[in-house]
Amino acid sequence: MKVDLYEKVWMWVAAVLILAFFAAIAVAAGVHAVHPPSHMETIDPAAVLESEEFSRAGVEVAVDGRVVVTVVAEMFLFDPDEIRVPAGRPITFRLTSTDVIHGFEVVGTNANAMVIPGYVTEFTIRFAPGEYLITCHEYCGLLHHEMQGMLIAEEESS
Amino acid sequence: MSRHRLAAAHFAVAVAAFAVAACLGLLQALSIAGVELPKWGEAQFYLSMTAHGVLMALVFTTFFIMGLGYLFARETLGRLVGEKTAWTAFGLAIVGSVGAAWVVLAGKGTVLYTFYPPLQAHPAFYIGATLLVVGSWLWGGVLLASYRSWRRDNPGLPAPLPVHGMLATVIVWYLATAGLAVEVVGMLIPWSLGWVETIDPVVARTFFWWFGHPLVYFWLLPTYVLWYTVIPRVAGGRLFSEPLARMVFVLFVLFSTPVGFHHQFADPGIEAGWKLVHTFSTYAILFPSLVTAFTVIASLEVAGRLKGARGLFDWIGKLPWGDPFFASVALAMLTFTLGGLGGAINAAYAMNTMVHNTAWIQGHFHLTVGTTVGLTFMGATYWLLPRLTGRELRLPALARLQPYLWFAGMVLFSGANHVAGLMGMPRRIYDVTYLGAEQAARWVPLTRIAAAGAVLLFVSALCYVVVSVATWLSGRRSEAPAFEFARPLVPVAGRGLWDRLGLWTVAAVILIAIAYAYPLLHLLSQQRFGSPGVAPF
Repeated sequence: MKVDLYEKVWMWVAAVLILAFFAAIAVAAGVHAVHPPSHMETIDPAAVLESEEFSRAGVEVAVDGRVVVTVVAEMFLFDPDEIRVPAGRPITFRLTSTDVIHGFEVVGTNANAMVIPGYVTEFTIRFAPGEYLITCHEYCGLLHHEMQGMLIAEEESS
Repeated sequence: MSRHRLAAAHFAVAVAAFAVAACLGLLQALSIAGVELPKWGEAQFYLSMTAHGVLMALVFTTFFIMGLGYLFARETLGRLVGEKTAWTAFGLAIVGSVGAAWVVLAGKGTVLYTFYPPLQAHPAFYIGATLLVVGSWLWGGVLLASYRSWRRDNPGLPAPLPVHGMLATVIVWYLATAGLAVEVVGMLIPWSLGWVETIDPVVARTFFWWFGHPLVYFWLLPTYVLWYTVIPRVAGGRLFSEPLARMVFVLFVLFSTPVGFHHQFADPGIEAGWKLVHTFSTYAILFPSLVTAFTVIASLEVAGRLKGARGLFDWIGKLPWGDPFFASVALAMLTFTLGGLGGAINAAYAMNTMVHNTAWIQGHFHLTVGTTVGLTFMGATYWLLPRLTGRELRLPALARLQPYLWFAGMVLFSGANHVAGLMGMPRRIYDVTYLGAEQAARWVPLTRIAAAGAVLLFVSALCYVVVSVATWLSGRRSEAPAFEFARPLVPVAGRGLWDRLGLWTVAAVILIAIAYAYPLLHLLSQQRFGSPGVAPF
């Protein structure tokens, strides 16, 4: 197959560009450990509200200082809809849904995940101090746009 | 006309679906911007959004592509084997589309065009969608049969390039819709009929995105066929490199499907490592598109130079910017450079979290499918109609204006959505004010810019529909110009590696198995709890 010289050069440029993209992603994932929320844990959506963990949804500080926020998403609200967490510390979210697929986005941050019935979504993130709007970003029915909450990241007095 | 009655029927349905969907699009954009519309509320908004997505992304595109396939086969192979089957397929696709659209417009299927369970629509929605796809499968069969018949008569010759591209499209479509069939026939239909109680939403999403991403190549490949085989001719040039064009279509066959997890980065139930694997295969598909950019632009440069251009850039001015098809494709290509880069951001394993499910996404696919594909198809209509109907284009001034209007509208609409998305505005929401939340207040001006863009887009769509209908019904009868395809600078000698589509299909199946076998087995081996159906209202 005869390929024009300029086109050959261009194909090399394209290949190098794509390899550079690969490398950037591999470094972010491998060195900086940036991963999308990919937790594997199942839960019976009909029994969420009776479960030990999700019946007491909210913010909990474990003995080791870890902050865990459990949230139940259902048409058309988040429980709790106001979340207060310390700023700057790693916050682990655990979320699930009792009915349909919802989204959980803390606006202006990298907290952005799907909440799917039958599964537990888990991810860990830190927040700069401030007040953030929480939205459901996956269409979940007639009042989808009313499904919202607030996250307040407070500076700790040391 | 009689020779191409079949193709013409498909284009007519495509234009009709486009017209309805364009009206709905305008209403949605105005509604998001806070304009009060009569008899309009959240129910109408989400219903309209479902119908707009289904009609534009599934009905308009599928019918247009089926029409193109028949046309290319008839013109370049000189035959269509199984024309009766093709009409049956057309009937099935019509019945399915009308059925699904009826369910949506009756308010019994407001599940958006992604129809993620456990949101549940009336069974006729899923069955209608299935009939549309079955129609398209028969279409693929007719193209394959026509090609086999041609090959028997022309041993050793490679398929004409337009058919090579359409065969690649058919293969991508078969590979993609295998996933859709598992989801819809295997899961959604029995569940919506009440034969099974529950459904696993992550498994369903996984099969949906097995289909959902190659779907975009089902749209894009026929677009590339037009860019490679028709546009150089319209511009008065030659195809710069035919072997590379053949390679490009094969690379899409290989890499279109094993990429679905880049739509599920934010999902639980799928391991991060496999999401990373799909990220890399997604980036591999950038390569054939980058090659396409070179080959098509080089072909246009040949056109400019044949017309006497000498300097580095003055060939650009020699191109037929007043030809509505050429202008459409030129603007579609320009849009694709932006849309393609945006796509690379969406597929970026870590960066995706900034844009996932935000207005950025709708901004993105209105550039790619909405303009790169949509504008190319609209422009192609101006080329097709006189050749199909033997009638001269009516209102040519409107046709010339239309692509520029579309482009301007899309710059506003898509630009505003990209920015709003980066600022965190979710996609597909009826009310962006969130009870006066401070962060949401900053989105509102952007929704107004998007609405202004939508008005331009609507006017452009109106021009397109008016020109198409007027030409069809009352264009001046004249000798129909021939369908002419671009000749390559150097003709290919015989069948080569890139023509062995059967072999490449086997390789593609292996790649799909590698990408999906383990993640699906792992998912299915969990103790899983299904969900019963939930009505969205």
